[in-house]
Amino acid sequence: MSATDPGSEPSLGVDTSEDTLRRLREAFNTGRTRPAEFRTAQLQGLGRFLQDNKQLLQDALTKDLGKSTLESDISEIILCQNEVDLALKNLQHWMKDESVSTNLLTKLSSAFIRKEPFGLVLIIAPWNYPLNLMILPLVGAIAAGNCVVLKPSEVSKNTEKVLAELLPQYLDQSCFAVVLGGPEETGQLLTHRFDYIFFTGSPRVGKIVMAAAAKHLTPITLELGGKNPCFVDDNCDPQTVANRVAWFRYFNAGQTCVAPDYILCSQEMQEQLVPALQNAITRFYGDNPQTSPDLGRIINQKHFKRLQGLLGCGRVAIGGQSDEGERYIAPTVLVDVQESEPVMQEEIFGPILPLVTVRSLDEAIDFINQREKPLALYAFSNNDQVVNQMLERTSSGGFGGNDGFLYLTLPTLPLGGVGNSGIGRYHGKFSFDTFSHQRACLLRSPGMEKLNDLRYPPYGPWNQKLLSWAMGSQSCILL
Amino acid sequence: MDSFEDTLRQLREAFNTGRTRTAEFRAEQLRGLSRFLRDHKQQLQEALAQDLHKSTFESEVSEIAISQAEVDLALRNLRSWMKDEKVSKNLATQLDSAFIRKEPFGLVLIIVPWNYPLNLTLVPLVGAIAAGNCVVLKPSETSKAIEKILAEILPRYLDQSCFAVVLGGPQETGQLLEHRFDYIFFTGNAYVGKIVMAAAAKHLTPITLELGGKNPCYVDDNCDPQTVANRVAWFRYFNAGQTCVAPDYILCSQEMQEQLVPALQNAVTRFYGDNPQTSPNLGRIINQKHFKRLQGLLGCGRVAIGGQSDENDLYIAPTVLVDVQETEPVMQEEIFGPILPLLTVKNLDEAIDFINRREKPLALYAFSKRSQVIKQVLARTSSGGFCGNDGFMHMTLSSLPFGGVGASGMGRYHGKFSFDTFSNQRACLLRSPGMEKINDLRYPPYSRRNLRMLLVAMQERSCSCTLL
Repeated sequence: MSATDPGSEPSLGVDTSEDTLRRLREAFNTGRTRPAEFRTAQLQGLGRFLQDNKQLLQDALTKDLGKSTLESDISEIILCQNEVDLALKNLQHWMKDESVSTNLLTKLSSAFIRKEPFGLVLIIAPWNYPLNLMILPLVGAIAAGNCVVLKPSEVSKNTEKVLAELLPQYLDQSCFAVVLGGPEETGQLLTHRFDYIFFTGSPRVGKIVMAAAAKHLTPITLELGGKNPCFVDDNCDPQTVANRVAWFRYFNAGQTCVAPDYILCSQEMQEQLVPALQNAITRFYGDNPQTSPDLGRIINQKHFKRLQGLLGCGRVAIGGQSDEGERYIAPTVLVDVQESEPVMQEEIFGPILPLVTVRSLDEAIDFINQREKPLALYAFSNNDQVVNQMLERTSSGGFGGNDGFLYLTLPTLPLGGVGNSGIGRYHGKFSFDTFSHQRACLLRSPGMEKLNDLRYPPYGPWNQKLLSWAMGSQSCILL
Repeated sequence: MDSFEDTLRQLREAFNTGRTRTAEFRAEQLRGLSRFLRDHKQQLQEALAQDLHKSTFESEVSEIAISQAEVDLALRNLRSWMKDEKVSKNLATQLDSAFIRKEPFGLVLIIVPWNYPLNLTLVPLVGAIAAGNCVVLKPSETSKAIEKILAEILPRYLDQSCFAVVLGGPQETGQLLEHRFDYIFFTGNAYVGKIVMAAAAKHLTPITLELGGKNPCYVDDNCDPQTVANRVAWFRYFNAGQTCVAPDYILCSQEMQEQLVPALQNAVTRFYGDNPQTSPNLGRIINQKHFKRLQGLLGCGRVAIGGQSDENDLYIAPTVLVDVQETEPVMQEEIFGPILPLLTVKNLDEAIDFINRREKPLALYAFSKRSQVIKQVLARTSSGGFCGNDGFMHMTLSSLPFGGVGASGMGRYHGKFSFDTFSNQRACLLRSPGMEKINDLRYPPYSRRNLRMLLVAMQERSCSCTLL
């Protein structure tokens, strides 16, 4: 495979990966990605990719995950388009040197933070939002001036195909490459040196990625997962809560890293929630959800079997049906679930919602705090105080009061985890910042050397007093 | 089960009580740090003199005053930094409360090196405290006098249920790193940096690594050699060269070298006298191991200035080497001593290529009367920080972030950057429990109309839509 052939197939295997990486690094070193014009052209290319291939992408997402057109639009295609547009609108502004305040010693100097690309970035995307979780980081990496290697998930095969075959045609292929493969190929890819690695996936693989990054001192963002708790106070309208929780739980057939994973509520509230959840499910998906065009499917056999297994935990209060031929799992609610059962031991990542009963807010908070910090945390209550207490006394990547992961749609809010749920933040300007190196710059005068006498040895007692004072003062009027 | 287990558990329990969350608590700890610096200033200066032969001036300017300034800055800005940061909303969230909440990570580990043992302990500590964390400090066992003060005296000025100092060498540090922390802040070399990051990876612990490298210093033909020599010499020989951001080597033309060498001699004589070993203003090498290492480097190239050493005094003279080959040891490792090699290049392009073939440094310097030249060096290279026409002055500005890139590190601190480093930025959206009718728009069964209205709602507020 020729490294100089612009129309070549995407790379496969170790040797061609090396060529690809070297080629991208050389391109980066020419400075090609630095001008705003170049970055703008790439972003515009991304925009055209999304527009030209909208139907193809929707079809691919439907084939991979049974996504409805609306879900594909609002959680994948349009979301990507919005990020592209936001970056295009703000690029020049984000790229600008950021002036900072000076102290007395540096009053006559120019002090600023310069944003620079890291160089060669690797983005590893998962299968659940295979377009969004590839394109959104890519927008940030491009805007920040990097060259990028994209590793889409081999599990969401149809989207992988579109990304591998079509996306490169819209980008400068000397600076961007898509590489394919499974866990083994990804492991090999990770032995190479990158200047930034952006990974979305499970904590288990996150540790592997971070360990690989450590060998080269490569900075990373890890967007991981966990079990996102959802506390429902007694003081609430059960139907409203049920609508909101159900929509966010069953969206994409539950395969969302920020979906409410389990509910914590009192026994009394549970008795009101269950029928309300049934109402919501029937309203959303009809009497036979399997026939609804608006409900997704499980990505593959492996996950289907895993979820089918979880249906045996506790007691099925709603749903519980499954169909292997279609990889269909009914929107399900489980009750009488024990903490030790599998459904409470792993991130569910499917359309199953366990309800766990607690006696009080305190017990709910203790339950949450005994576990790993989640990517998202939800609290529903008519009482502000309760929502605020839940916020105050827990930690998570993000928090939603009285709703699900709507905060994701605000590019002014950073998305990312904490503890086991991840490291780093992105979306909007946070993406640009993630993929930028912030270089501290001070430009001083080559003259006025007399002023420096103050700092040179031999030292007298007055040297250090004056110098310390000059260093400390930000707003002095001397000089 | 090792000796750290109990300490860590106690600190975690204290953190879980919420004690460190209030502004009052954090301010109290910061004021404690302030009192520690004031009450023990003399002792600290003596310890720094003992460990590194630091002059009172150097101790004041690069350790004590800097630490005090950071404490003061944090005290002044604490409440403002702690505040929830409101963010702008889209149409769908107009009536909601959207903000970023800053939270502590929990249990922080700060590992400190020996070269600025007070500064590199206290400045990160200020950030960790201001952000509301509990902290384990691991000072360097190499700078023994300061280690003693940090271990025995500093804890008295802090709430000891939330802060602990642990001691030991590489082995103990390795054991410490097996435990789970919520943030690790490490200052040291790249070799150990990789070990720290690998240990952090086992627990998915976020990290800042302040590492090092060889900081290039380009000197253009168009400059005043004496001015340049003064500036470079001061920053090179400060703390006997044991500074992660010191200019490590000079790149200049042959002609410039011939002017620089006598100018450097002038500067060295002006600063340290005819016999620098008798100057009270020149530091000493930290220990035998580093002394021997540096003594070895004196054999590289040709000594143009200095070159003397005295083992009993751990003294290395302010030295300039010329005719140095890229392959010699002095150009293969971070020097971290009072030795300055001059390498000749034919032009700016050659200098830039030389720099870019090597690992990205923590700092990069360029001297020229022409701002175009400065700007070119800046634009065509990368480094943690950059200073035109001076040495590491950029470090004294707490409004500038301090940290490396590539092999010189990851993460940033100083001033507000410290607070941000040790904070979890939590995205929060608080919505109304009512007004459920509005949500009808988003629920299945889906229609095209749903989609159109949802998309409008997702637009930024600045869109001039008058719907709703």
